[in-house]
Amino acid sequence: MELTLGPLAYHWTVERKRDFYARIADEAPVDTVYLGEVICSKRAPFFEREMPQVIERLQRGGKRVVLCSLAEVMLKRERQATADLMESEDHEIEINNAAGLLARDGRSHRVGPFLNAYNEATITWMADQGATHVCLPTEMPGEAVGIAAKAARDLDLGVEVQVFGRAPLAVSARCYHARAHGRTKDNCQFICEDDPDGMPLATRDDQPILRVNGIQTQSESYIELLAELPEMKALGITHARLLPQNVDMVAVAQVFNDVLNSGLDADDGRSRLSTICAGTAFSNGFWHGVAGYRHINRKAVAA
Amino acid sequence: MRAEGRFSEAGELVCPAGTPAALRTAVDAGADSVYCGFRNATNARNFPGLNFSPEELEASVAYAHQRGAKVLLALNTYPPAGKVDLWRDAAAIAARVGVDACIVADMGVAQHIATNHPSLRLHLSVQAAASSPEAIRYYCQNFGVKRVVLPRILTIPEIRAIKQEIPCEIETFIFGNHGLMVEGRCSLTNWMTGESTNMDGVCSPAAKVTYEEDADGALRSCLGGVTIDSFAPGETAGYPTICKGRYTAPHRPEGYYAFEEPVSLNLSRLLPDLMEAGVHAFKIEGRQRSKSYVRKVVGSFREAVDAIRAGATPDLADLVALTEGQKETQGAFKTKKWR
Amino acid sequence: MTDATTHRPASRWPIFPTAPVRALLQPVLARVVRRIARRHPEMFARIAPYQQADFLIVARELPFALHLRPDPEQPVFRAVPRYPLPDHDARIEGPFMLLLNLVDGEDDGDAAFFSRDLVISGNTEAVVSLRNALDDVDGSIAQETADLFGPPGRAVLGVLRRRSGT
Repeated sequence: MELTLGPLAYHWTVERKRDFYARIADEAPVDTVYLGEVICSKRAPFFEREMPQVIERLQRGGKRVVLCSLAEVMLKRERQATADLMESEDHEIEINNAAGLLARDGRSHRVGPFLNAYNEATITWMADQGATHVCLPTEMPGEAVGIAAKAARDLDLGVEVQVFGRAPLAVSARCYHARAHGRTKDNCQFICEDDPDGMPLATRDDQPILRVNGIQTQSESYIELLAELPEMKALGITHARLLPQNVDMVAVAQVFNDVLNSGLDADDGRSRLSTICAGTAFSNGFWHGVAGYRHINRKAVAA
Repeated sequence: MRAEGRFSEAGELVCPAGTPAALRTAVDAGADSVYCGFRNATNARNFPGLNFSPEELEASVAYAHQRGAKVLLALNTYPPAGKVDLWRDAAAIAARVGVDACIVADMGVAQHIATNHPSLRLHLSVQAAASSPEAIRYYCQNFGVKRVVLPRILTIPEIRAIKQEIPCEIETFIFGNHGLMVEGRCSLTNWMTGESTNMDGVCSPAAKVTYEEDADGALRSCLGGVTIDSFAPGETAGYPTICKGRYTAPHRPEGYYAFEEPVSLNLSRLLPDLMEAGVHAFKIEGRQRSKSYVRKVVGSFREAVDAIRAGATPDLADLVALTEGQKETQGAFKTKKWR
Repeated sequence: MTDATTHRPASRWPIFPTAPVRALLQPVLARVVRRIARRHPEMFARIAPYQQADFLIVARELPFALHLRPDPEQPVFRAVPRYPLPDHDARIEGPFMLLLNLVDGEDDGDAAFFSRDLVISGNTEAVVSLRNALDDVDGSIAQETADLFGPPGRAVLGVLRRRSGT
């Protein structure tokens, strides 16, 4: 099973992104890096100029680079960005909206988590249409993932599941970052740049529960599937996705790599991860088919 | 073709039914079409005590057809791997009892129906989140979709532009619960409760909702033990959904509606503009609501559409009492500022 | 926590022993629920998981509450004291005519909840199931009940409806 770095969901500054990917290129034990703006089309132009160098840098570091399309396609610029990306022959692409599927017209592509490939029928259909790899929706329970993975493997598709990072829980046409500051999406002034790990929302009795990232809503806690890695491998999952958070992602990738390939105990891995991600709780409820925010202890389950 | 003949006139009123009695009420109140679902996870209103058995659907189709109304079956959830047969069986029943169309979201389900029940008309559910001409054309070209239910995120000029680029009919919501998140892409309920909107057809399932009256008379609504909102005595309330809750942010310590306040969509004043923009069918939300709601809302919109068709100005009944939070909005349809 | 026994909603009834009134009502209520169970079996199918649940229906104007257990074999419908309320799975509270109209599908439960006229507590799913089951009944349960008692029954219902203007 290979580790991948999923697309960055947040609006980091250009310098910061450049430095981030440079370090990933040099140090992170991941095989594939997904690049591109998935959440907000307004952010995309900032980094466009840097993309060729970043891609080249990552490739020099031995990484396979996959370019991602937007999850929401509604406006003219979003349709155009999607159409342009689908013409790419130089790089693999991951499609996150059916608009991309139309433009890709059967040429090879990866299926992103926003395309809702929940079952074997849909995966079979997508494979017929040129899909080579599918990232399953984050909310799928392990039981269904196993069946979906088998179908995908039978069709020779790569199968990917998110194992780290905030759970992507919803997208909207409305920008909640702008709304929180009394602005509209068209006049947002990129306020989301102030929250490199999302804007925290707590209940009125002070329980932190969600993060706002522009039009996206994410979980407060990070998904963490360290103890589940052996089971995932056995189910035929080929790729484990780490989503970039505002922590030392090289260190995060090393923990996952150590558990996966160097025999590090999952519990020890989790304690290392807790230090790296100080102040953030971990969840694995989705995988175990219970409320996503929960954390199920594998040993307790087995007992 | 039987089905095509029934879907001819623009301004079609598509009305909700959670029970056979509600379906009969909708038909009697003037619905052109009624949409409903089976009593399981194959539709997005899989609520306790609600929905239809196959026998009830068969009888309801007969009732509707005798009175010139159509029945649309919502098969608009996403089957998780290993459970696809439940959706296939539902499609087979739909074909057997003669429903006029199936409303689908999942590509596997759409492809199954297009292949195995080619005479069954397909509508693309709002749960498919097709919000561009390209996405809509993808479903039209590959599965023969005849109508798209548009997400509630587009302005009327945007709808008009889409209509010019797609080969199918457009249906838009005109009244009812105003979902804030892109439908079919929301896992908020699953995060809090372990039941999925996409896979199980539930949004804030009642079994996980509790209402607690605090000492000061405030009503606290909780989902999966998490406080969604607290309403002062006398303050109007809303559904206990995460996207209608009040939260605090670091710079908003007082708590605010981070996504949307409890409010319902009401586009009664925009009906002529929507028809002029090329909207073929108007959808009323509310399969979870009562016969009383169905009777009042359907009756009111029936009169409005008939008036518009006759070239008259519709007399718009006051429906605000039936709305969530007792407040109405025109949402994204009126202005981009909503975003 | 919700506990109906800790606060006494405004009632124009003084606190007085309701046992004699309740004793008079019990056979009447029993007859009503048996008849409904006989005439509307499909309604009970919709509440299948909650046929053994104890619902308390509290009409704000009445000095007693109503206890409903929608068991098709042995339905329970009886008057119980309000102070204190007996143990229950779910409680539904509102003005009498609102409750009557909800039973009859003349009012919308969600709307009554949004306006805070209707208060529910306890097992929300049980309440929603009961609401949906009742809503699938064609015609008026109130009218059927009134008919059960002939002209006097219909007269009482008429007075109630005129008073509330529905």
